[in-house]
Amino acid sequence: MDFMVFQYPMITVQACLDGLLLGILFALIAYGMALQWGVMNIINIAQGDLVILGGYIAYFMYLYGIHPAWGVIVSPIIMYFIGVGIYKLVINKVVDRDLFISILATFGISILFMQLMNFAFGADVVLANSGYGTTMLFDNNVTLPNSKIFSAVISIVFAIGLVIYMKKSKLGRAIRATAQNSRAAKILGVDTEKVYAATFGINAALCGVAGALISITFTIHPYMGLPYTIRSFMIVIVAGLGNLPGVAMSGMGLGVFEEFADYILGTEFRIGAVFLLLVLILVYRRFKLSRKREYLK
Amino acid sequence: MKISRTILSFISAVVILFSTSVTSFAKVVGDKIVLGAAISLTGKYSSNGVHTQNGYNMAVDRINNMGGVKVGGKTYKFEIIYYDDESNPKRAAQLAERLISQDGVEFMLGPYSSGLTKAIAPVTEKYGVPMVEANGASRSLFTKGYKYLFAVLAPANLYLDVAIDLAVEKNNGKPVTVAMAFEQDAFSQDVRLGVLDAIKRTGSKKVIDDKLPKELNDMAATLVKVKQMKPDVLVVSGHTKGALTAIRQIAEMKVDVPMLAMTHCDAAKLSKQHGKNSQYALCASQWHKTLTYKDNFFKDGMKYAADFEKEFGYDPPYQSAESSAALLVFKDAFERANSFDQKKVRDALAATNMQTFYGNIKFAEGGQNVDKPMVLFQVMCDGSGKCENKVVAPTKWASAKLIHPIPKWSER
Repeated sequence: MDFMVFQYPMITVQACLDGLLLGILFALIAYGMALQWGVMNIINIAQGDLVILGGYIAYFMYLYGIHPAWGVIVSPIIMYFIGVGIYKLVINKVVDRDLFISILATFGISILFMQLMNFAFGADVVLANSGYGTTMLFDNNVTLPNSKIFSAVISIVFAIGLVIYMKKSKLGRAIRATAQNSRAAKILGVDTEKVYAATFGINAALCGVAGALISITFTIHPYMGLPYTIRSFMIVIVAGLGNLPGVAMSGMGLGVFEEFADYILGTEFRIGAVFLLLVLILVYRRFKLSRKREYLK
Repeated sequence: MKISRTILSFISAVVILFSTSVTSFAKVVGDKIVLGAAISLTGKYSSNGVHTQNGYNMAVDRINNMGGVKVGGKTYKFEIIYYDDESNPKRAAQLAERLISQDGVEFMLGPYSSGLTKAIAPVTEKYGVPMVEANGASRSLFTKGYKYLFAVLAPANLYLDVAIDLAVEKNNGKPVTVAMAFEQDAFSQDVRLGVLDAIKRTGSKKVIDDKLPKELNDMAATLVKVKQMKPDVLVVSGHTKGALTAIRQIAEMKVDVPMLAMTHCDAAKLSKQHGKNSQYALCASQWHKTLTYKDNFFKDGMKYAADFEKEFGYDPPYQSAESSAALLVFKDAFERANSFDQKKVRDALAATNMQTFYGNIKFAEGGQNVDKPMVLFQVMCDGSGKCENKVVAPTKWASAKLIHPIPKWSER
């Protein structure tokens, strides 16, 4: 145990900001996962691989001399169509089936994507340089890479944009209606098939944005997708299904928690600490749920 | 009906048995010495797997064209049977079984990475098949008492201890403070053990000892600690991802540290991917083309690099060079053993004492090469932003002078 993080206020500030910036980016990926989980009842194991694929799109733009930041526009467009394609090929056959089947199917897609990306792009770890520089705060004691700030801002913009789109647009309303009750929506004339395809496409597009941001802030590699899937899964579990503001909160919360766990428990325990928190939250939920039932009785 | 089915299955069983036995052939066919290798041609190690294969192929061609291997007054040529292990240890072990028991291979070349070598070594050991490997450096490979495993490379614990010695030397022989960030995998942890030994030996002090989870893409927290503790040396090892992440975040967070030592700069193509930001990083390497070791086949490092580039179109990373060296070792051992008896070849390998373009090779009891020090190169860039790796330690091989301490970010 080391409490250095609390002894120096500047480190506390740095840890909070690092955690928030990281958390916002993860929240964006989780947002897509929550959306399709809620609407289609599908847990997408290939979520992280879609993110990495989005990252490669930005990386290739960078290789061809285009600034990788443009990836946040190009990548979601391409990824939307890839998402719709995956839906038409595979997901539409498992959408009404058992959750386990969809996990298996997306697990298969995940493996396929990993191997295809490895085949097409090679097994080197790569990154795109944005050349954005650094913001120094508090007498240079707190440093924030501008690329991370850029990522957080773009993530927030896309998240807010999506919320508005869901509320105002026709398709958004159809998606929400389908999420509430797909049968009733169908009876009332909503083409649920189209809604599902669009939802999967939107999720893939969000992954595309996140991937482009990750290629600018971190590194990408064909086999690096799974940690992103697991992380977004955890964020959704902590937030609870159908709770989109909760996803943002839990994303940021977990990010900050993880940073503090790093300082206090040591780097080797930071991911373990997040998992422990997940278990505690689930146990607490169950406890709360059982009390509620007793109360109702 | 039932009888015919029984007959049919009997016939097919015989056919299957027969077909497997015909594919078996001995280790030496006509004038060929057949070596077996499971290599990662797909999967996450595929880049380095290809470097390894290119290194093997280059040496096979060279040795064959320059007269082959002379055993018992007869000349033999090398041939390698390759299988793709998909970067998967289980698959690698299966393929080793297949190479030995089905293809009849009696001499093996190593795969890429410590993990896969660890998977194959028990198999080659079980069958008493001598294996010369060039890409498994983990210390644990050499402490298991394997008799048939020989590695042409220096073990992982020697990768970065040179850096600590160098830092102490630059500090006028006084102990230094060291910050360490190592990934939690066998190789990086072996490197860490070597650094810990060096810290103890020099009376230095470790101020940070972070173990980075494999999934981690972000080491901002470690770097914040480094900024706070201001160590004399920062040591990072976490494969290519670790090297790329460290350089990116050190530059972004403007972390000033007098010496930065790391592994996998070569594989990460640091200077290409990060340009000037990677400047001054010290990198551990098994080999560098400017080293002046010599042999009769490739002459020296520069000639090897030029020939390799001509054939494969890129500058050889050390993974290729050490793989080529493995075949030189095999040739030398066959000729000294003057036999294809596995036991005799094994003993000849154990008695190896030679110089190759890649370095001196002499095996310790455990099978690791103890006659070749690691080198440290430093990334140095010129005004135009073109960066090059220059050997700075050990002094005997240095082609440039170490720049120490690293200039502060505010002065760059």
